[in-house]
Amino acid sequence: MTRASIWVLAEVVDGTPITTSLELLTHARSLASTVEAVAWGAETAAAAATLGEYGATTVHDVGDLAGALPGVPVAAAIAALVEGGAAPDAILFPATYDGRDVAGRLSARLDLPVLTNVVGLDEEGDALSSTHAIFGGTHNVVARFTGSGPALFVVRAKSFAAEPSGGAPAAVVAAPAPDTGATNAARVVARHVEERSGPKLDEADVVVSGGRGLGEKDAYAMIEELAGLLHGAAGASRAIVDAGWVPYSHQVGQTGKTVKPTVYLACGISGATQHMVGMKNSKNIVAINKDQDAPIFSVADLGIVGDVHKVVPKLIEALKARA
Amino acid sequence: MHAMNVVVCVKQIPDPAAPPALDPGTHTLDRSGKLILDDSDAYGVEMALQLADAAGGGEVTLVSMAPNGEVSGLRTALAMGAAKAILVSDDALAGSDALSTAKVLAAAVRRAEPDLVLAATESTDGYTGTTPVQMAELLGMPSVTFAKKVEIADGTVKVERQTEAGYDEVTCPLPAVVTVTAGVVEPRYPSFKGIMAAKSKPVDTLTVADLGLDPSEVGATGSRQEITSVTEAEARQAGEIVTDEGDGAERIVQFLEQLKVI
Ligand SMILES: Cc1cc2nc3c(=O)[nH]c(=O)nc-3n(C[C@H](O)[C@H](O)[C@H](O)COP(=O)(O)OP(=O)(O)OC[C@H]3O[C@@H](n4cnc5c(N)ncnc54)[C@H](O)[C@@H]3O)c2cc1C
Repeated sequence: MTRASIWVLAEVVDGTPITTSLELLTHARSLASTVEAVAWGAETAAAAATLGEYGATTVHDVGDLAGALPGVPVAAAIAALVEGGAAPDAILFPATYDGRDVAGRLSARLDLPVLTNVVGLDEEGDALSSTHAIFGGTHNVVARFTGSGPALFVVRAKSFAAEPSGGAPAAVVAAPAPDTGATNAARVVARHVEERSGPKLDEADVVVSGGRGLGEKDAYAMIEELAGLLHGAAGASRAIVDAGWVPYSHQVGQTGKTVKPTVYLACGISGATQHMVGMKNSKNIVAINKDQDAPIFSVADLGIVGDVHKVVPKLIEALKARA
Repeated sequence: MHAMNVVVCVKQIPDPAAPPALDPGTHTLDRSGKLILDDSDAYGVEMALQLADAAGGGEVTLVSMAPNGEVSGLRTALAMGAAKAILVSDDALAGSDALSTAKVLAAAVRRAEPDLVLAATESTDGYTGTTPVQMAELLGMPSVTFAKKVEIADGTVKVERQTEAGYDEVTCPLPAVVTVTAGVVEPRYPSFKGIMAAKSKPVDTLTVADLGLDPSEVGATGSRQEITSVTEAEARQAGEIVTDEGDGAERIVQFLEQLKVI
């Protein structure tokens, strides 16, 4: 282990760090002797125990942002720490909406390049090398930085397992954002949480997803019914999210959730590369598509060439009969 | 009513329908062939046209960085209704990463003095997803990413921003950078008249030197990163593909039973 320290951006939701941040803390422990977290919001103190349990000795607390979007103030706070002499060897960001914003802002502020869509991070001599899945996961690219300064990596969810180290609660140290003037002017005025029942999409053991092949919005009801019967979660391709059939929180793929369930059931989904990167590592994949040449069949363990409007209702009936 | 000048950052990319290829030397995406407008950018162009229209005037200017003076993608966006374009093309830009690209775009955007800058959340071919925010930081502007709805009122942009749990309502004073998703608006198809008009719309072509940037800040040198290998990922074992003869559902039930999911 040649690195002294790695920082991890810890996003905290309802007092709990998101799983991807815990995955990053876990992996960072194997790459550096000291692991620290950076968090913001009113609940950092509540999250310090969990952050410590996963390996962070310190959490730099940017504090409450008073409704500001995190990108600008959190990047400014990290930049101030780095410029103040506390620079770590690397900073890892979860590939979330806010994580990408903070990473982008910080990169420009410190004039440091950033590598995104990282799915693996290894020691290669003195440097860290990152792995990126391209072309829908058919190829892996390995990259590394050639310059100096902290290495910035934005890492996709579920790239590493989250395992506690049994560490003591992280020490909370205030790291307030310096004034960034008019740049920090975007304000969240209302939050809308799309309620859903059953297990969370990125944690469910079974995911049933629907795509444009469903033909119409109302047909998504059968996806939800099937997911319910299998005690799973209902997901979607971006095509039907953009069409307004289902909320964004259902989206699986590059700009949506990454899922790795025991079974992923794709109904009327073509298997675009951007969809595949979000579900290709599922343990088992079942696809129903009327086009035998649909790319989704190239990753399916069981593929049914058929009409979702025929196969899915029958499947629902069969499962109900067993119940 | 104030006239709204909107800049849309657009990328010209190899046709995503064609099989992608990597340059064997640099391992970067081969962009030497004909390029087209990134479909992801058609949403920003449409949004910009609608916002300028709603403001009762103003111009939509395109900003693009592309190799070999490529304009085909720009012509598509001009045919949709954009007024003019700034194209930055220079051999020194080959191998640029997201931050180098942001430096170039920021310098070009600054010339247009926009009220609002729109971009896609990420490009289809590179999908780094940080360029617009890096550009916003360099421009000293606030930014709102992942907009699924955009409105302008009284010098403020109101955005519905996609989140992991749903969406946030965000307000931000102009000028600002906003990135839009594919759900934000339905892009128009260029009309015949639009296509004809686009041929004579101005495209201002600039070099790195024109923008006052040092060539070492951009391109492969400015990127300060390298690709050390490209390998084929372990392929999934081929599965069983069967045609539904009325027994498709049953096959799935059997499969789920085998996995002890039911
Ligand atoms: C930058 C970027 C990011 C993206 N991010 C994502 C992402 O996160 N997630 C994502 O999903 N996509 C994403 N996409 C979009 C992606 O490229 C595809 O457009 C999208 O996944 C297609 O969705 P689909 O499979 O539902 O629709 P289509 O590609 O239209 O496929 C519909 C399928 O349904 C089949 N079908 C039609 N009728 C029936 C029937 N009756 N029975 C059975 N099958 C039928 C058809 O044969 C077809 O294969 C992204 C794109 C870009 C450019």
